[in-house]
Amino acid sequence: MPTESLDLYKLVFGRLGPDAIPHDPIIWATFAMVVLGGAAMLALMTKYRVWGPLWRDWLTSIDHKKIGIMYIILGLVMLLRGFADALMMRLQQAVAFGDNLGYLPPHHYDQIFTAHGVIMIFFVAMPLVTGFMNYVVPLQIGARDVAFPFLNNFSFWMTAGGAVLVMASLFVGEFARTGWLAYPPLSGILQSPGVGVDYYLWSLQVAGVGTTLSGINLIATIIKMRAPGMTMMKMPVFSWTSLCTNVLIVATFPVLTAALALLTADRYLGTNFFTNDLGGNAMLYVNLIWIWGHPEVYILILPCFGIFSEVVSTFSRKRLFGYASMVYATVVITILSYLVWLHHFFTMGSGASVNSFFGITTMIISIPTGAKIFNWLFTMYRGRIQFDVPMLWTVGFMVTFVIGGMTGVLLAVPPADFVLHNSLFLVAHFHNVIIGGVLFGLMAGIVFWFPKAFGFKLDPFWGKCSFWFWQIGFFFAFMPLYVLGLMGITRRMSHFDDPSLQIWFQIAAFGAVLIALGIASFLIQLVVSYLRREQLRDITGDPWEGRTLEWSTSSPPPAYNFAFTPVVHDNDAWHDMKRRGHRRPVSGFKAIHMPKNTAAGIIIAGLSTALGFALIWHMWLLSALALVAIVAATIIHTFNYKRDYYIPAEEVTRSEDERTRALAAAQA
Amino acid sequence: MSLQPTLAAANGADAASHEEPVFYDNGDHHPQQGTLLGFWLYLMSDCLIFAVLFATYAVLGRSYAAGPSGADLFDLQLVAFNTALLLLSSITYGFAMIGAQNKRKAQVLGWLGVTGLLGLGFLAIEIYEFAHLIHQGAGPQRSAFLSAFFTLVGTHGLHVTFGCIWLVTLMFQVKKYGLIAENRRRLMCLSMFWHFLDVVWIGVFTFVYLMGVLP
Amino acid sequence: MSATGHHHEHDHQHGHASRDGHGDHAHHDHHDHHDDGDHYHFSVKGYVQGFILSVILTAIPFWLVMGNVLPTPGLTAFVILGFAAVQIVVHMIYFLHMNSKIEGGWSMLALIFTIALVVIMLAGSIWVMYHLNTNMMPTHDMRAMP
Repeated sequence: MPTESLDLYKLVFGRLGPDAIPHDPIIWATFAMVVLGGAAMLALMTKYRVWGPLWRDWLTSIDHKKIGIMYIILGLVMLLRGFADALMMRLQQAVAFGDNLGYLPPHHYDQIFTAHGVIMIFFVAMPLVTGFMNYVVPLQIGARDVAFPFLNNFSFWMTAGGAVLVMASLFVGEFARTGWLAYPPLSGILQSPGVGVDYYLWSLQVAGVGTTLSGINLIATIIKMRAPGMTMMKMPVFSWTSLCTNVLIVATFPVLTAALALLTADRYLGTNFFTNDLGGNAMLYVNLIWIWGHPEVYILILPCFGIFSEVVSTFSRKRLFGYASMVYATVVITILSYLVWLHHFFTMGSGASVNSFFGITTMIISIPTGAKIFNWLFTMYRGRIQFDVPMLWTVGFMVTFVIGGMTGVLLAVPPADFVLHNSLFLVAHFHNVIIGGVLFGLMAGIVFWFPKAFGFKLDPFWGKCSFWFWQIGFFFAFMPLYVLGLMGITRRMSHFDDPSLQIWFQIAAFGAVLIALGIASFLIQLVVSYLRREQLRDITGDPWEGRTLEWSTSSPPPAYNFAFTPVVHDNDAWHDMKRRGHRRPVSGFKAIHMPKNTAAGIIIAGLSTALGFALIWHMWLLSALALVAIVAATIIHTFNYKRDYYIPAEEVTRSEDERTRALAAAQA
Repeated sequence: MSLQPTLAAANGADAASHEEPVFYDNGDHHPQQGTLLGFWLYLMSDCLIFAVLFATYAVLGRSYAAGPSGADLFDLQLVAFNTALLLLSSITYGFAMIGAQNKRKAQVLGWLGVTGLLGLGFLAIEIYEFAHLIHQGAGPQRSAFLSAFFTLVGTHGLHVTFGCIWLVTLMFQVKKYGLIAENRRRLMCLSMFWHFLDVVWIGVFTFVYLMGVLP
Repeated sequence: MSATGHHHEHDHQHGHASRDGHGDHAHHDHHDHHDDGDHYHFSVKGYVQGFILSVILTAIPFWLVMGNVLPTPGLTAFVILGFAAVQIVVHMIYFLHMNSKIEGGWSMLALIFTIALVVIMLAGSIWVMYHLNTNMMPTHDMRAMP
């Protein structure tokens, strides 16, 4: 803090100065591209006058469907950034042998692997998962929105604010060089005096608030807003896994928040939690961060398990095998995920008793997961399986994920972990489960629910290209890392001496190129599908012969989701309705009570992001102003008591009549 | 879930058949209010933040780094007085809730005011205590024990601060809009928040102060 | 949960269809008296009982510590932790009005889950870090290791 004298420049700008702009041609080129592309986009948006509608219909929207879509767009944009980092690392490691130092200096390489991990977990996987839960859960449980619609909008913008801070670090200052969990003492103020770790801390804190609140919101939604008749054991599996995921979010993100806050205190206030001096204990941070970190991997995978469950039963034309066991397995995983955290640091030296306890609990947690795999296989058994693209991702998942699960059980054996800890074997393992599990699940989900959100299916040809490139690319990219890891090669190296290893890294780089083609195919798929949207149009709202309630309404659903709340009699509620000859009501519509859009979410989240930026750069004046503004804006928001409105019955009738005509035309 | 005639006709193939399952609600179903449950879930998540701070204190609480220990620093009489203030504020908040139950606005505002003053008194004493410690050279930078102490107790204090800001805001809102449903719901949320901070304080005075002075 | 949740069902959240046109809308918040606070019942007696209990449960630990009443610090610590646990339960019941009925039991479930996690985190961290310290701190005599 500026105690010595009142230095105005420091008070306003903190440590932000001209030297904050990185001296690196790669970054300059990226920056130029971003500026040019951004300017072009802004110009186009102005030309086509989309600012008003964008603000009114999207940015300030509290419609869970729109927020869900915005989460998914955020996740996909960040996927491109995170994957660019991955390609750069693969290229560096493929060439940097012996005299060749590669093209990335260590200080840059270290930022890249840190940013890659942080972005992929917090700003790709989390927004995508949250986006799906937001979009699908209210529809699946027959609700019209979430329990706290304003909070939902605010949560999204906090997540986006965190992403903005990470992206800002690319051009203003630097990002952390510490690895994605920023272990002290390396992340302490002595070893990392720059702004990198501060960017890391504040971006995660801002995004973490959003994640926690969104978790609370979705739990309350699932508990309080299910359609009549939908008991807990009649709830679709995706909603169940979402419930468990959000329980995990609410019960673990505070731990992350607190652990990061302690590290922040060490860096900003000079406390001694994790320092080497004055009684601090760096391993305490590792202990705390993994109490969050392990449940976090289940936060990512459980919703994907839910997606696979929906996809498997839909495309096998069968009820999901072992619904109850699926639910219990999910709950057991939720609880057990809190009892395994130490397996991430067996080598720290807690001794045999501690290590064996956590080794055994880790092995136990594979049992419910295995049960789920068998349930999916039994669902497929004797089903009339259709290999549409979502089903391809699902089958790809089952093959890939099981391999990753088995290497995970290998790592759960403490003596084996002493050999493999911090090696590329570990890197291969977690990519095996995260790509094979989470990413494949998200891709399956995108293809599966895209027609619901936009009214037309995605082009299957490019979807298949994307799947096969990803699937084959994955094996090329990560199987070599298992081999290297077994040979004892450690992770996070920007240069190697032993030339005999190079071929493995070159194979891995080839795999990364295949994955790049997979991502390109996906983007092409989006464009092609948009161009062919009339051929791919879904008029019925039920393009896959779905089984759950989201397929009972139109594609895309109206703002109010359901003109009449469905009444549930069966696990597969929509399938049951179709089977027993329900008739869609075509008259008697009533006004529907809905929440009103508000700009408070984006404003408060924007101020929070500004606060984060100011704190990163030690701009104390701006920090104080931003903090006061946040409190003031929040208080002002609480004085707004008129947060709802009615969609008039005439409007509901009009949109429902339109659907009646479309359905009749489709049948004719 | 009784259906209106139009709906029942639209619904069943044969409206006369009573066996026909009802698939659509006629608008009588209203989702339940989730605010209190949601706020309780928030408190549970907050509880875990405190759990981390308690765990940190448990691990580092005897790492004095050759500096002062709890027995050297803590003034239990002051802590007892502070505890009394917080306990009193609990019951005064309770009286405010009874006022809300009886729809007596003046009673609500009066007791909320008393509660807020007790909260401010608590904060003043805590600030005095912190300032005194820092003045003695026992600031949060001195040792891991003191880092953990200041962070745990300070986080609780920060919560009380926000509770006071919220309380004042709510007083204005009750004054302006009366004891309408929203405001009573908000009073209930703040009640949970305030009593929750009390529960955390039980942990603090027992685990930090009382056990801290034990040899 | 439908039995206990019944009180909420007339709440004004989304889905509340208007029966008599728009005139109803402007005031619906004000004549909506079925908010959740209403099925809690607060009484002066309850608060006073809770207050007296909590004063007693606070005073005894302070007395035990300040007066050096018990023979060993370990015993004192154990006893005051017990008092703290009891006092937390008292606050939960009398001030937070916790029981297994509110919110259809979900609040209680959330509380139990949270307590379990707090215990896991506290006990786990202490266990893990204690073993780390005994095994790895430099003052430890490594020759004693098997």
